[in-house]
Amino acid sequence: MKVLRVRDTNRCIGCYSCMLACARLVFKCHSIIKSAILVRTRGGLQSKWGVDICRGCLDAPCAEACPTGALTQRPGGGVIFKKGKCSLCGECIEACIVRVIHPDDEGFPVICTQCGHCTRICPQEVLAMEEQKGV
Amino acid sequence: MFEGDFLRVLHIDLNTSSFSVSAWPDLRPLLGGVGIAAKLMLETAAWEREPLDPEQPVIFAIGPLSGIFPLATKVAAVFRSPLTGEWGESYAGMRGALAMRFAGYDAVVIQGRAARPTYLRIDREGVFFKDARGLWGLDVEQTGRLLREFEPGRGHRSTWRIGPAGENLVHFAGVNVDTFRHFGRMGLGAVFGSKNLKAVVVDGTKTYPIRDPKAYNAAYEAVYREVVGTPQLAKYHQVGTAENVMRLNETGSLPTMNLRAGRFDAAGEISGETFAEKSLTRILACTGCPVGCIHIGIHRQRHPEGFGYISTTIAYDYEPIYALGPMLGLDSTEKIYALLEVVEALGLDVISTGVALAWATEAFGRSIIGERETLTPLEFGDERGYIAAARHLTSPPNQFYADLAKGLAYAASRYGGEDFALTLGGHEMAGYHTGYGFLLGHSAGARHSHLCNAGYAFDLKYGADFDDAALVNHLITEEEWRNVLNSLVVCLFARGVYTQETTVRVLGSIGIRTSPEELKAVGQEIFRLKWEVKRRLGYSLDSISIPKRYFETPSGSGLLKPQRFEQLLGLYRERLAEELNLAL
Repeated sequence: MKVLRVRDTNRCIGCYSCMLACARLVFKCHSIIKSAILVRTRGGLQSKWGVDICRGCLDAPCAEACPTGALTQRPGGGVIFKKGKCSLCGECIEACIVRVIHPDDEGFPVICTQCGHCTRICPQEVLAMEEQKGV
Repeated sequence: MFEGDFLRVLHIDLNTSSFSVSAWPDLRPLLGGVGIAAKLMLETAAWEREPLDPEQPVIFAIGPLSGIFPLATKVAAVFRSPLTGEWGESYAGMRGALAMRFAGYDAVVIQGRAARPTYLRIDREGVFFKDARGLWGLDVEQTGRLLREFEPGRGHRSTWRIGPAGENLVHFAGVNVDTFRHFGRMGLGAVFGSKNLKAVVVDGTKTYPIRDPKAYNAAYEAVYREVVGTPQLAKYHQVGTAENVMRLNETGSLPTMNLRAGRFDAAGEISGETFAEKSLTRILACTGCPVGCIHIGIHRQRHPEGFGYISTTIAYDYEPIYALGPMLGLDSTEKIYALLEVVEALGLDVISTGVALAWATEAFGRSIIGERETLTPLEFGDERGYIAAARHLTSPPNQFYADLAKGLAYAASRYGGEDFALTLGGHEMAGYHTGYGFLLGHSAGARHSHLCNAGYAFDLKYGADFDDAALVNHLITEEEWRNVLNSLVVCLFARGVYTQETTVRVLGSIGIRTSPEELKAVGQEIFRLKWEVKRRLGYSLDSISIPKRYFETPSGSGLLKPQRFEQLLGLYRERLAEELNLAL
């Protein structure tokens, strides 16, 4: 199974189309607050862009830290999130090594589903779905 | 808009550091943006008071598509312009629309004057009034950097700030938005300054569920595919708006050295292509725009001592290149960057600055004014004088600069040289000496800008070979339709994508039922509202007078004749009277 990868950050123009796609297609919501991708400047618009994504870990620390079984390992990388089981404890947010998991406005973690919608919508081919190469 | 069947307006009173939020169901028919801002202006303007009176409102508004559709990236600002004394209207992009949408306000009205320098944080909780004493006097870049450090909201906030020009009430000071965009033209920066308002930071963190995901996503993706697949839009990403330098130069429409010519010998040295080859470092986009038209160039200078280099990055577009390049005879990218960097940092409007200094240069050359006034020799092609003059404009050391800081029309009325003071409708001209369409459209449009009605586009298509009624009709119907686009609020670069049919479909997907006929009526109603404001502020078409220079230097459509212009203006007045149902 493929996982999300950043192919070329330097081509990013900061249009947020990927974040908006994540919000509307995965979370059925208008706001980028619910986007699992975080496109951010590295300090003001005069700096370059940073694109932070779920790294699709094969042994995901967030799932390891989840006390309720809401997050489980996804085969091929990444995790599967079952909102009904989430207790809003925030352990996954703390556990994420690349610090990309963040809470939405209700306190639920915003989790990448590895769906790849963002790669289809990016006008600059910054993002791509790729097979995990042996970790 | 997502909060219920009403528009949500945030009222801020700087006199008392208080705010309130109110629901306005009756604003809905006007969509948003400039439509609701015009209505709110009618409700809140202090008609008998001066533009910089603390009671005058500043109104910011977004529309139904803001933050949720491609290229719906702009915030509309409406105010009484200190430059023209009447209708002030300006737009800025980058993060502003997204931040306002998800802070939860369709419009923000700011009135009063803070007791001391203040900046505002606006978010879902409301308004926070913050001490800006230590920020007063800082340029726009320093101010922006500090506010980014002070205020949370990385990635979903927008920072609107003035530089010393706004603080010192220069009548054409702008408001910098997120470093690379501006509420330019007409002096919104001075209105901020008059309120002791250094900056506004808007942070948008709300979320709203999509009501009908299937309809919304289908509408979104149809627009998105058209946007990324349209060659007309690709040009904005490639060479960008700066491609106009060569295009207008070829047709003899590029105002050069105070419009003593319509072609610039060194156009190739300062073209969009040259800027890209020599300096383009990156292209950025406003939030939600997959096109990306913001061209960032690097200005690299030798350190005055030793072997080091000093590098800064600056956004360039056609308008700043025109106003500081050909207009002032600056014939290299380096010279333009050197001046642009200063103009940007001070928070001056770049077009007004270039055009005002071009007049000053000619007036100086003809000894209408002397070095006693200018304090430094002004000569076309020499950026050093202009850098000094831009600083003087911002912090006037003498009466001449204090007068010029009130705008070119005012200065020319005091010192002379009105025949070559290139204002139209009291506003320093945009860079299109294309013909009658530009001249009439810029003069008669609500905000005296080439963007009101795209007269220049009519010129580029038809030249001088047109039927008078067709031009007048184009100017009025185009302005009415742009009122609709500016109420949604979409970037005008997307005007070819957001056709009447597409707009109806897109609005339908978020539950706003309308029709092309209804939209057309909304555009007409906004046109009427703007004129109501203009008339109440004492404006009349009678005040239009065209400096002789426009009839002396051939335009892209050949030599223009005053008689034909008068004829066109007469016809415009008739059509306007019909449209507004008023005797004018």
